[in-house]
Amino acid sequence: MDLDNLIQQFQKKDKVAFETLYNMYAENICGAINVIVKDAERSQEICQDVFVKIWEKSNQYDASKGRFFTWILNIARNAAIDEVRSKTHKNQKKNLPVDSLVGIFENGEDLNSKMDTIGLQSLLKGLKEKCILLIDMLYFKGYTQKEAAKELNTPVGTIKTRIRSCISNIRKNMA
Amino acid sequence: MSMDVKEYIASGKLELYVAGALSPEENLEVQHYAIQYPEIRKEIEEIEKAILELTKAASPKMPENGFAKVKAEIDDVIPFTPQASSKGTPWGSYLGWAASVLLAIGLFWMYTENSKLKSEIELTNQEKQSLEDILSDTQEEITSKETLLQEIRDRNVAVVALGGQTVSPESYAKAYWNKEENKVIIDAQGLPEPPDGFTYQVWSLRLDPLTPTSIGLLDDFASQDTKLFTLENANESEAFGITLEPEGGSETPTLEQLYTLGAVGS
Repeated sequence: MDLDNLIQQFQKKDKVAFETLYNMYAENICGAINVIVKDAERSQEICQDVFVKIWEKSNQYDASKGRFFTWILNIARNAAIDEVRSKTHKNQKKNLPVDSLVGIFENGEDLNSKMDTIGLQSLLKGLKEKCILLIDMLYFKGYTQKEAAKELNTPVGTIKTRIRSCISNIRKNMA
Repeated sequence: MSMDVKEYIASGKLELYVAGALSPEENLEVQHYAIQYPEIRKEIEEIEKAILELTKAASPKMPENGFAKVKAEIDDVIPFTPQASSKGTPWGSYLGWAASVLLAIGLFWMYTENSKLKSEIELTNQEKQSLEDILSDTQEEITSKETLLQEIRDRNVAVVALGGQTVSPESYAKAYWNKEENKVIIDAQGLPEPPDGFTYQVWSLRLDPLTPTSIGLLDDFASQDTKLFTLENANESEAFGITLEPEGGSETPTLEQLYTLGAVGS
């Protein structure tokens, strides 16, 4: 069954289709949460809640608004950001440290997170720090292009060309 | 439609699309092109693959029975069955209170809605009234102008052109004299506004010997928009003149301040 069909079945509340989707994306979703929460156990719990939420909200997914993975990634990072916020009592996405991915990459920090830092480091090999920062903002923190441009004090056009080159770099590292 | 697919791919928009960082309009655009151009769809999938790799590498070690836990929760939808409470909670009375609170809120809401509507109606009525006032003013104005026009067009009316004199060569005026009705309408549009403390005075003149008779003042000159003034004139006038006089007018015309003068045509 191809992805589109699978998603359709899932939206019809087919649990088998949902399980397939879970198996496809659970590691990624838990990983995205882990980058923000940096605590393996807590990330797993949140990740589980996120999938329950995805199931409950299944009818809200609209393919015209983006990729399925983009949709579930968004649900995941909102949950992860909520977790960090409730911990630190910081009220804005902007107040989160924007360098979580940078820190993980540079120090292999946080044994708690139990992530595959070697894998991560090889994926991010050769990427400039501003690249990693931008990836962190756009994919893990959910900044819009405008918000990212404002935060980094660069034109929106620069954000586009930079993220293009950063992701291309990762793709080369994957090859 | 021609589109440079390579350029579009190189723009970085697709990376932002996968991140969910585009506006809804841009999302639709990308979606549209992805359907139209397989290359674009493939590129989106490749970008997504890179992000999948990245997030996967950041993943904590996954528990074996991950989905079982999720499944337990989504299966675990307990249908709502009101339980007979062991403590004998007086649900009925709670419900009664809740209902009356709701009722009170509802009533208050309706009351405020009602007052809002009432004040809206009042406002609309006021607007209607002021529009009606404007309408009736306008109609009055039209009527008075029509009357004036008829008076001026009357067959008995003699038109006398008054030309500017030494003190004010540019000035002019017109007198519409209805001999039958002993009435003169002075059109004073060609006269300058009189200075403070002064007013124009209209004179009926007999020429031989020169005998001026005042027939009235052009009072409230500035506020009179039409600059048309109706005066009584029972004289056998041979000419009309307009002078500038101190407020209240003079017994005899100040000839140095004669602004306009014109003889009644034969």
